[in-house]
Parts: sequence; structure tokens; C-alpha cells
Amino acid sequence: MRGIGRILVVVYGILALAALGRSIFQIATKFESAPLAYSLSAVAAGVYVLATIALVARGRAWRPVAWATIGFELLGVLAIGTFSLIRPELFPEPTVWSGFGIGYLLIPLVLPVLGLLWLARGRNARATADERRAVATGAGE
Amino acid sequence: MIEWFTWAQVAVALLVGLACVGFAIAGRGPNDYTLAGLALVELLLVAQIVVAIAAPAFGNVPAGSGLEFWMYLVTAAIIPPAAAVWALVERSRWSTLVMATAALAIAVMVWRMHTIWFFQVA
Repeated sequence: MRGIGRILVVVYGILALAALGRSIFQIATKFESAPLAYSLSAVAAGVYVLATIALVARGRAWRPVAWATIGFELLGVLAIGTFSLIRPELFPEPTVWSGFGIGYLLIPLVLPVLGLLWLARGRNARATADERRAVATGAGE
Repeated sequence: MIEWFTWAQVAVALLVGLACVGFAIAGRGPNDYTLAGLALVELLLVAQIVVAIAAPAFGNVPAGSGLEFWMYLVTAAIIPPAAAVWALVERSRWSTLVMATAALAIAVMVWRMHTIWFFQVA
């Protein structure tokens, strides 16, 4: 894996662990105080774990999973971030996506953008390499 | 938690993190200094686990949620070895940056644990 992809995986991994831990703690101790927010946190944590795995795992099948999970996260942080600001009564307790991830230094907002850019670049790099190969083998006729 | 030890731990994690950033900028892969630094961060986390287990016996209990504290501590203890393994697979300047990320994350987490132990009202 190229170097910067490795950084992406580490940050996703740490975020996934942190979100998972926080989510487990919230659901185990005070679920009733904000069931919508905490359920959302649990889904987000699960998606982060899946995204981390999808970035690491070999095999073409994982790329759509990576696109889907990271895309879902970006939509999630934008949607919940907006909701948590205009309808704060729905989110009495802080979650990973509240305030666009301000509780996690806005990493939940920036990271999926970087992730999608990295995925797009990876796909373009492969397409260019395939083109070069096609041109090379064509010219050899 | 022991106050001075906790702050020392944050300082060490920050120093190791910054040193790794410096080595990464210099284009160096993981070396003895950065790996030893990360190992030290992990050692301090293990020591923190021991302290946190022993502390209540001396009347030193968390002001905030013990469960939340332990989730942070256990998560933190997993990160340095995992990051080291991940970094050593590639051994490039990005690997050193991976180690920096882990060390700086630990600094933040220990600071958060400090808040939970000494201040946070459960």
C-alpha cells in the first residue's frame, strides 16, 4: 500500500476504535438519555470499523465497500452535523458526528474527504496503468 | 492515576510524536530511536494500567466514570504495538508518520483520561 494510504488506515483505525469504545460505553450506561443519538453513534462506529477493514483488505470486492462506507460517513457527518445544530433537542448528548465531529477535532469531517480523494486517485492510477499496458501491447502487433 | 506521572506520560508521547514527525520530514523510515520511543510510550501505558488497578486500594479513585476511563486506557494500550506492526511492514517515511500519529493520539487519550479521573463528575 502506498505510504499515504497507510496513514489513512491508521487514522481510520484509531477513529474506529475510539468511536466503538465510546459507543459501547454510552449504550451500556446511559442509553435512555439519548437513544437516537447513541444508536446513530453505534451505526457510525460499525461503519468506521468496516471502512478500516475495506481500506486494508486485498481484493477488488473491497473497493466498493470502501467507497460505500466512506461515502456514507461523509453524508452522515454532514447530515447529523447540520441536524445537531438546527435541532439540538434531538441530540442532548454528544456523538461522533455532532457538530460535524467537533468532539474529535473535526477529524470525522476531514477524514472521509481525504479517503474519497485517495480512493479516486487509486482508481485513476490503475486506469492509467491499464491504458499504458493496452497501448504497449497494441503497439507490439 | 498519579498526577505527575500522567503529565510525564503526555509529555513523553508528545515528544515521541514530534520526533517521529521530524524523522518523517527527513525522509527516514522507522529506526531505533522512533521504535524505542513508541515502545516507551507503550511501557508507560502498561504502567498506567498497573497504577489504575492498584490506585483504589490507596483511596485513589476516579472522579468520573471508571468504565469510560478503562475503555480509553485499553484502547490506548492497543494502539502503539498495532501502529508499530503496521509501520514496519512498509518501512518508509510514511511509516514513521504512522508512528507519529499513534504517539500523538496517545497523548490526547491520556490527557482525556486525566480529565475523566480527576475532574469529570460521573
